[in-house]
Amino acid sequence: MTTEQMSEHEEGAAAPPDRQDVPVMEVRGLGRQFGAVTALQDVNVALRAGEVTCVVGDNGAGKSVFIKMLCGLIRPSEGEILLDGTPTEFGSPRQARAQGIVAVYQDLAISPLMSLWRNFFMGAEPVKGWGIFQRFDVAYAKEAMQTELEKLGVDLGDPDRAAHTLSGGERQGLAIARALYYGARVLILDEPTSALGVRQSGAVLRLIRRAAQRGTAVVLVTPKPQHAFWVGDRFLVFQRGRLVEDRRSETLTLESLSYLMAGGGEVDELETAIATA
Amino acid sequence: MSLLQLPAFGKERPWVRTAVLRPELGSLVAAALLFIFFSIASSGAMVEIPTIARVLDTAWPYGIIAVAVGLLMISGEFDLSAGVMVGTAGALLGIMATEWGMNLWLALVLSLGICLALGLWNGVIVVWTGLPSFVVTLGTFFGLRGANVALSKYFTGDALIENIDEAAGFDSLHAIVATVFGTAPSDFRISLLWWGGFTLIATWILWRTKIGNWIFATGGDREAARAVGVPVNGTKIGLFMLTAGAAWFVGVSNAVRYTSVQAGQGVGAEFFYIIAAVVGGCRMAGGYGSAVGPAIGALIWGIAFVGIPHAGWNSDWRWAFLGVLLLVSTLINHVVGERVRTVRSG
Repeated sequence: MTTEQMSEHEEGAAAPPDRQDVPVMEVRGLGRQFGAVTALQDVNVALRAGEVTCVVGDNGAGKSVFIKMLCGLIRPSEGEILLDGTPTEFGSPRQARAQGIVAVYQDLAISPLMSLWRNFFMGAEPVKGWGIFQRFDVAYAKEAMQTELEKLGVDLGDPDRAAHTLSGGERQGLAIARALYYGARVLILDEPTSALGVRQSGAVLRLIRRAAQRGTAVVLVTPKPQHAFWVGDRFLVFQRGRLVEDRRSETLTLESLSYLMAGGGEVDELETAIATA
Repeated sequence: MSLLQLPAFGKERPWVRTAVLRPELGSLVAAALLFIFFSIASSGAMVEIPTIARVLDTAWPYGIIAVAVGLLMISGEFDLSAGVMVGTAGALLGIMATEWGMNLWLALVLSLGICLALGLWNGVIVVWTGLPSFVVTLGTFFGLRGANVALSKYFTGDALIENIDEAAGFDSLHAIVATVFGTAPSDFRISLLWWGGFTLIATWILWRTKIGNWIFATGGDREAARAVGVPVNGTKIGLFMLTAGAAWFVGVSNAVRYTSVQAGQGVGAEFFYIIAAVVGGCRMAGGYGSAVGPAIGALIWGIAFVGIPHAGWNSDWRWAFLGVLLLVSTLINHVVGERVRTVRSG
């Protein structure tokens, strides 16, 4: 891909033409109680293809409950989830995955001693032949993985190397590429850059951008304003179990985003509290 | 154009690195060195055909089961009942054929069914309870150890079941599991072919089928494997049944070969299988290993078992040797191996 084409794509992603279409995924009045504790209430969000939606907020604000409900790990106590405009229920992450909702967690579901291509196709091995002669199509697996990685611009070197020899950024690259290869329409990333240095964070963020360009709806949870601002089209700010802000990137500066992420009004309260103490 | 341009591990692989990455390499070198060592220590007696025949005949019963135990170990589990299962299979075949007058082929199928059911029991209990397989199969071990002798005494009045050769179907079954090639002492059993064939099939399954990928994934990181849809529990249960099946094969082969069964046999052998698998480069914690390695591990045991008396040493040293071998090979696997490990394509 040339630089020219890429910048074109990035512009295209900043203002996707199909923004008015039916959202890939939508939640209405979503909420969840754990016993007497309300973890999240009345969340209304529409996720669109080609957009990176950043989920930000303090610890305990409801971010992780929110993404866990999106990917089927937690069932909502109220509200509904719509896929392509149709109400859906996910019994398990596996069911969600089958419908193209894939979450990549910090542990990434990568088996350390297995080679890259074995990891890439873990649980979904391509086979050829039939009956007892059915076998793992190794040549195809390596080829398909390399093609997918190249498309995403990720170079991991020897496909036979063990996954534990990958750096943190490379592991993210492998996990994200795998999710996209299996047709993720909604890709949920939980703090993918939290353990990475500047250079690797940059590479992973570019990869996220590229995933969105390919038409994936990306949901990104990150505590870092710079990362969110660089990659995000939209920002959902959670506070005390509520969605308090839903802003587009055009309406924000890095400064105002940092302010929102730090807790917005809470920061003012805190400053007042310190000043009057 | 590459987004993640990090130091590549290298697309070209020097043969040395490729070789070092093979799990069974260490055991192959050890087997060769031991063989050379005992050849010198025994003044050449080790390289004579009768001695080699003895080495192989000692190794195969351990080898067949060790291959299955190795696959089970790669998936992250142990089976301590594999040794007494040999006695169970033999005793079942013997009781059915001699006391109940059953055709040996029918007894063969029924005893296989019962052994597989016992393997299923091991697997299901491990998966359902989440208890360590060490404990679950230790329970099965004691259960079978008692049942083997008690049941054969109950049905035959003795712990030794004899005259299996009088049962119907003996000749045809003998031809398949116990045919001899060559004349004693330079005799080779057909069992060696079964051992080789089983090792090859297991290797193929491990490296070239999706089940093989599931075995590595199950032992490598169970939660990761489950998260991407690997049938973790099914894989484990299947391998417990495979191990029981391998023990069954050795049990019935020996019953037909010797025409008698000592119902108390197999106690203590469970550790040999595990040692052979570990010496052969299987990782005790799972996720890494091969099928060829455990077979070579069993061969090493055969070389030592036969070589030590040939070298003029007291046979009691066999056990000390086994202990040293286990410790050294585990150390090598863990210290040297951990850094370069990867599951190879084969």
